[in-house]
Amino acid sequence: MKYKMIFAGSGGQGNLLVGQIIAYAAMHEGKEVTYLPSYGPEMRGGTANCTVVVSDKSIACPIVNEADMILAMNLPSLDKFENTVVPGGHLFINSSTVGKSSDRSDINVHDIAANDIAKELGNEKCANIVILGAIVNATKVVSKESVEYILEHKAFTGAKAKLLPINLEALHVYLKD
Amino acid sequence: MSEKVLMKGNEAFAEAAIRGGAGFYFGYPITPQNEIPEYMSHELKKRGGAFIQAESELAAVNMAYGAAAAGGRVFISSSSPGIALMQEGISFMCSAEVPAVFLNASRGGPGVGGIQPGQADYFQATRGGGNGDYQVPVFAPATTQEAIDMIYNAFAIAEKYRNPVMVLADGMMGQMMEPVVLPEEKPRLTSEMIPEEKPWAISGNTGKKPRSVIKSLRLQPDDLENHVEKLFEKYGIMEKELVDYEAYDLEDAEVVFVAFGTVARLVMESMEMLREKGIKAGMIRPKSLWPFPYEAFEKISANTKAVISVELSMGQMIHDVKMGVQGRLPVELIHRTGGIVPTSIEVVEKTLKILEGLK
Amino acid sequence: MESVFKVTRGLLPVDTSYCPGCTHGIAHRLIMECLEERGELESTVGVSPIGCSIVAHQFMNIDMCESAHGRAPAVASGIRRVHPDKTVFTYQGDGDLASIGAGEIVHAAHRGEKFTTFFINNAIYGMTGGQMAPTTLIGQKATTAVEGRTVEQAGKPLRMAELIATIEGAVFVERVALDTPAHVRNAKKVIHKALEVQKQRLGFSFVEILSTCPTNWGKTPYDATKWLAENMIPYYPLGNLKTPEGMK
Repeated sequence: MKYKMIFAGSGGQGNLLVGQIIAYAAMHEGKEVTYLPSYGPEMRGGTANCTVVVSDKSIACPIVNEADMILAMNLPSLDKFENTVVPGGHLFINSSTVGKSSDRSDINVHDIAANDIAKELGNEKCANIVILGAIVNATKVVSKESVEYILEHKAFTGAKAKLLPINLEALHVYLKD
Repeated sequence: MSEKVLMKGNEAFAEAAIRGGAGFYFGYPITPQNEIPEYMSHELKKRGGAFIQAESELAAVNMAYGAAAAGGRVFISSSSPGIALMQEGISFMCSAEVPAVFLNASRGGPGVGGIQPGQADYFQATRGGGNGDYQVPVFAPATTQEAIDMIYNAFAIAEKYRNPVMVLADGMMGQMMEPVVLPEEKPRLTSEMIPEEKPWAISGNTGKKPRSVIKSLRLQPDDLENHVEKLFEKYGIMEKELVDYEAYDLEDAEVVFVAFGTVARLVMESMEMLREKGIKAGMIRPKSLWPFPYEAFEKISANTKAVISVELSMGQMIHDVKMGVQGRLPVELIHRTGGIVPTSIEVVEKTLKILEGLK
Repeated sequence: MESVFKVTRGLLPVDTSYCPGCTHGIAHRLIMECLEERGELESTVGVSPIGCSIVAHQFMNIDMCESAHGRAPAVASGIRRVHPDKTVFTYQGDGDLASIGAGEIVHAAHRGEKFTTFFINNAIYGMTGGQMAPTTLIGQKATTAVEGRTVEQAGKPLRMAELIATIEGAVFVERVALDTPAHVRNAKKVIHKALEVQKQRLGFSFVEILSTCPTNWGKTPYDATKWLAENMIPYYPLGNLKTPEGMK
């Protein structure tokens, strides 16, 4: 099993964190993983994306030409990556911030109003974790338990520990048992 | 053995250096390796070493020279234009026979160029970017784990030969996160241990060792010639002892790629794709760029029709590849530059075109 | 019979390679005498520059290293990190320190490095053959200013001691001269003070030493000392610019 993902958005939307959480969760499960962020001036406010490959075997190439899963948190990301999803793959669109969907019928398109859902939960900043739940639920790239473990032991620790309950709630909107 | 941790390349490089016994780091900010000085700034102090944010790469490399001449174990890093500025110190340290480990998280050039990964510093690294007759061993890791191991082991090599050693990574490796296993931490030399452990170092003329003078100036031509010849005897030994490479599927290969670092990883994927198309592909992956593994090319089988150097430059390593091949086979180039990394599909397509042209 | 003068152990029993009348020899002796008197000869590490005094290690009987042009303060900063308990100094000329090494000296002072810099200012490049330095006086002839330095061409000479004294990390800054026996005796006192500032780890200490270069000035040794007194001292006033509280 080799699963290739790109998490795209703009600085501050939390898409890089979603990629990192999946990378940590994969490692937690003993899988091989590479996490490759785009870097440079685009980190500061422009588009930012990261590529994550999860595999049972050692990963030769951390660069992804065709992805099994794309997350688009803004319109430029959707335009850039829409066509790199392999047939049968998944495309997650944050419909609260992107404002349009995809016409592709050969892939699974998931339009998720993540910001609106997060706002209802009480903290709009959890939008990325709402989508994380949806991605894990649909792709099963990592288990629910290992994502919860990483949220608790890696992502929301120390001063951020108080944010754990609401983020777990956000995770569980789509990620059911 | 410690367990796997997910680390960003640059931080893993820094941690590997500290675990390799490095106590001193001097750096100047330059993308894409800034996490290294950032990490060193808080870690070295905690662990009995010292960090200086230098005013320039020139100052940084000369601080490195001073600390290493004083007997400290020194790690220093930068990216292409910064490494260019450091050539003064690298040449000086080779001349004065002072050990240190350098890391270049290389990016596209020339000039300021860009900040995306590049391999156009191959000449600078392997041919000597500074003045005079000298050589620096250069190791090229392909994975974060390999980079950790190379950095960790580089200090012993530098100190054995009393010569700088370079690890040539690229900007992408520095930013990438992979699970790694960190080696055990080696003890650091204290100031008091230096006169005995490194009697050549400048640590005070206490009479317990001969007076130490570390110098580069040799005004008498015969004196300088003798010194350079002595250095080259040492480089000759390095050439025998430090060659390192990995060969993949050479036995039945129709086409043999030569690639190092990040590029070798995507070529692995291209090789798989070619095999699916019925084309047997192999690869030589130099892990030491100097000394270059010319001997690996003797293993190329009679079935091989072409050797292809895949590089993130306009073709620099290809000159070494041609020396390895010695005219027995056509040597071709697949490359991108400017910070662009070719896709594995692109490598496959270009390879098919090359093979077609040979028919 | 009582011995009234003895060559310090800090100097090796060899002839120097410096030109007749050059004051490098005096500067070397003063520094080494001070280190011996302070009991620090065995615990000192020195850095020599590019310039005539790159070979200082052939005369100074201590552990030393050479450095690339202008970089001695960076080299000494590295040494200081490895040997926090040693005495560390750089010995630099004016081409080295005030021109190509202007960045390194400013930032060593800026960091408040706990070492001492002895700055030999003879208003010219010596080793390379009498080219104009940042410290060359207006009207002074040099091989790259054959009619004499002009303000239009090269600006006015740089007063390094005053410049360094503006930097917070430099806590002891003084300018001395080696033109007369009285000035030489005073220079030694000042060198002692600078080394004491270092010993107490109070900050960066800097001694500018006005020196002669009879060869490149085209003067006899005696005329050179006279020229120094009449031309350099008026532009580069002697005296203390900065002393740490408690040492005054």
